[in-house]
Amino acid sequence: MNDSSYGYREQPIEVKGLTRKFGRKTALKNIDLTVSRGRVFGLVGENGAGKTTLIKHLMGLLKAQQGEVRVFGIDPVKDPVGVLSRIGYLSEDRDLPHWMRIDELMNYTRAFYPDWDVSYAQELLNIFRLDPSAKVKQLSRGQKARAALITALAYRPPLLLLDEPSSGLDPVVRRDILGAIIRTVADEGRTVLFSSHLLEEVERVADDVAMIHEGKVVMCASLEEIKDSHHFVTLRFPDSLPEQPQLPGALSIEGKGQEWTALCNSKLEEVCERATAMGCEVFEDRPPTLEDIFVARVGVDRASLREGE
Amino acid sequence: MPMRLHISTKDPVPIYQQIITQIKHMVASGRLRPGDEAPPIRVLAEQLLINPNTVARAYRELESAGILTSRQGSGTRVSVKGSPLGYTKRLRVLTERVEGLLVEADHLDFTVEDVIELIREQNKSLGATERGKGKNE
Repeated sequence: MNDSSYGYREQPIEVKGLTRKFGRKTALKNIDLTVSRGRVFGLVGENGAGKTTLIKHLMGLLKAQQGEVRVFGIDPVKDPVGVLSRIGYLSEDRDLPHWMRIDELMNYTRAFYPDWDVSYAQELLNIFRLDPSAKVKQLSRGQKARAALITALAYRPPLLLLDEPSSGLDPVVRRDILGAIIRTVADEGRTVLFSSHLLEEVERVADDVAMIHEGKVVMCASLEEIKDSHHFVTLRFPDSLPEQPQLPGALSIEGKGQEWTALCNSKLEEVCERATAMGCEVFEDRPPTLEDIFVARVGVDRASLREGE
Repeated sequence: MPMRLHISTKDPVPIYQQIITQIKHMVASGRLRPGDEAPPIRVLAEQLLINPNTVARAYRELESAGILTSRQGSGTRVSVKGSPLGYTKRLRVLTERVEGLLVEADHLDFTVEDVIELIREQNKSLGATERGKGKNE
C-alpha cells in the first residue's frame, strides 16, 4: 500500500468505547469520539478530568485497555511511526531537551520528519522572535512554548494535538498559539484537537466541543448546536414558590420567591409551554456562554476551572 | 480595506453576529462603500483570532442579506445594490425593530417625539445622505 495515501479517507480521530483504569481509579470510561477532517475540536474539562490521558492514547503512549483508538484509521500502538508522522504534538509540560540550543533542537526534530519545511520553521522563528543560538534551558516559559510549537508545526502535520496549550502562559503567547491553530485549519483539510480549561478560547476557535468530566464525555456536539440548544430563562411567578420549579431540561436553577432563572437544555417553546401551564411569565435571558453551560452541566464552581493558570 | 472589527467573548452576542452587526454599521455609516473589498476569510480569522468557519458564516449571512457579494476570482466585496429582500419583508424586519425601540423608549420614559428627534440626530451623525432614497415603491 502506498504509505502517503494510507488512511487518507479515514477520519483523523475515531475513538470507540475507550476505557482506562490506573489501579482502581477509572481515568476514562467508555469514551466515544469522532473528530472530522478540517475541524477544530476543543476538549474541555477540569484538571484531572481525563483530557491528557485521552490524548496520550491518541499518541500511542498508552494502550487501550478496552475499546478502540484510530488515528487516520491506524492503531497508534501497532503503528506508532504511521501515526506520529501525521501528528504535531504539544504536550502539557512542553518537555524539550534543555541542553540543546534552539537551532540544534530544530535540526534534531527535523531528522524525524521527512516533510520538515526549513523555510517555514525559519519563518516561525522570526515571527516568534526566537534566537537560534539560545539554549532551551535559558528560555522563558513563553519562549519554550513557542519553540515547542514550532517543532509541532514545521512539518505541516495533517493533525495537530495540543494539550492545554495556553496553560500558564501570558496573553501574548496565547495569541501566538491561537493564531497557529487558526492558520493550521485555514490550510485546507488540516485538523486540530486541543484541550483547554479556558472556555473563552475554546469558544473563539472551536468548531466542535467535547466536555469531559470524571473520565466521561458528558456532551459532544458542534459549538453551534451546543449554543442553540441551551437557554437562560427567567420565570416570574404570580406567587412566591417554596421550592425551585421543575422545568424541562433544566441543568441549573437559581432564585427565590417569585423569580427564578434556569439554564435549560431544551427547546425554548417547551420551556415556555411549561411555564405558561404553571401560570408564570417567561423572559428569555442572555444566551449562555460555553462556560455557563459547562458549569451548569458538570456542577463545578468557576474557581476550579481557573486552577492551574 | 480598513476594516477594524472588535470581537468580545464576554459579549453574549454570538461572534458571527458581532461581525455582521459591525459590518452593517460600517456600510450604513459610509466607512465601507459599494465595491470595497472585504478581507479574505482566513485573514480576518487570524486578525480576530477566531475560527475561519465563524467568519465564513458571517459572510454568508451578509451575502444573503445583500450587503456583501462574492464572485469567483475577485473576492468578497460590498454590494452595489441594496437589499434583495422584497418590500414587505424589508418592512417587516424594520417594523420589528421599531416596535422594540418604542417599548424600550416607553420603559425609559421617553416620548415618541423624543425617539423621532433622536433618530434624526443619529442619522445626521452617521453622515448618510446616499441612503434611503425612495426604493420603497
